[in-house]
Amino acid sequence: MTIEKLKEAARKILPEVDVVIGYRQGFDPLHATPYFMTKPEQVDQLIWNSLCVQNLCSYLPFLKGKVGVIVKGCDSRTIVQYMQEKLIVRENVKVIGVPCLRVISVKKVLAAINQQSVKEVTFEGENIVVKTPEGQKTIPLADVAPRKCVTCQLATPLQYDVLAGEGIQSNKPQDTFEETKEFEKLSLEERRAYWEKEFDRCIRCYACRNACPMCICQDKCIAESRDPHWTSQRANVTEKFMFHMIHGLHLAGRCISCEECERVCPMDIPVAKIKKKISMDLKELFGYEAGMNPDDTPPMYVFKVEEATIEEHEL
Amino acid sequence: MSYVAGKELRIVGFLCNWCSYGGADTAGVGRFKQPTDLRIIRVPCSGRVNPLFVVKALLNGADGVLVSGCHPRDCHYSDGNFYARRRLEMLKRLLPFLGIDERRFHYTWVSASEGARWKNVVTDFTKAIHNLGPLHHKEEKTE
Repeated sequence: MTIEKLKEAARKILPEVDVVIGYRQGFDPLHATPYFMTKPEQVDQLIWNSLCVQNLCSYLPFLKGKVGVIVKGCDSRTIVQYMQEKLIVRENVKVIGVPCLRVISVKKVLAAINQQSVKEVTFEGENIVVKTPEGQKTIPLADVAPRKCVTCQLATPLQYDVLAGEGIQSNKPQDTFEETKEFEKLSLEERRAYWEKEFDRCIRCYACRNACPMCICQDKCIAESRDPHWTSQRANVTEKFMFHMIHGLHLAGRCISCEECERVCPMDIPVAKIKKKISMDLKELFGYEAGMNPDDTPPMYVFKVEEATIEEHEL
Repeated sequence: MSYVAGKELRIVGFLCNWCSYGGADTAGVGRFKQPTDLRIIRVPCSGRVNPLFVVKALLNGADGVLVSGCHPRDCHYSDGNFYARRRLEMLKRLLPFLGIDERRFHYTWVSASEGARWKNVVTDFTKAIHNLGPLHHKEEKTE
């Protein structure tokens, strides 16, 4: 069992580090929550299942000393990107890799059970069984998987010191950016109306930014600064639009598609869609994917004198 | 931004100090006739132009944004415009995704001696923006 191996790995690493970050049961059976373990007896509370959705690497740039962390395949791109940008010292981080084929989207499960309270959650093969006061519902995991799991290529993490379990190959299709291309077929007016409608719901809680592993300057974020005054306190769609542009463009070439921004959004705004579009353009223009190789340089930090893929625009 | 209602549109131009600003000056010295919709903001280098400048301008009342720098290989700081080219190209591809016509944003290279070319760039870009019409028609009504 993966969980036994995880506990064993955590116990083994704990004496070498100050803290090991993993998951434990959250406030209800449908939620897992990040768990900071400093004592060996705490390891017993560690859990591992498809509910462990959070990207725990996000804590790393803010923690001093040596840290152990449990890392899924998708999260391991965060580690690579941190190494690229020298935001962590790799030797100070003990990575416990965990093979993972898919997590679930809590929002999608809650939608499937009509937002009822959850009494019990069990996993039966490829299904999740949710018990609610009104009865029980069996939902295939594939139906409630977040978007990133549908085309996930990283079942085994890229970076790890210990691997809990056997390395596995992903059985998912390559990402062809179908959703993005589909959206681009809409007319300009429809797209504009779509984003104005979506961003109008934004309450500027900055959850997307706070959860983003690459938003490392959030304590001096220009979206909240008065000098320079990029966004004002006005609650109109222009300011909200501007905030999301700041978030999106600051991630160009750095976004590792963990889609934490979209997962944490309390208003269900598809904010990852913009980042996905930028990732698609980067792949087309520079053949680059963020967070795959620690020796890469983000494409916006370098240039070629002759850009083969960029043509001069005529008026 | 004040403008002559019905006649002019709001166009913002970010010009690099060393080439395009000089080019615009040359065009002026040469007494070329140019449309007056463009408001020029002088920046040290096209590499100084944060793509967010363009987004901010377009969201807050500009109908078009023009960025102009030194020709590639001619940058006063040797490589500023190479970085600008990558950033601005990414932005040009992103704008239509958000529902803003990509023709409202143009980036180009004009050297200090190319007064005539500058005149053409301004004239053609202004014409293109006039063909597209104002971007913020909704707000115009309430004003």
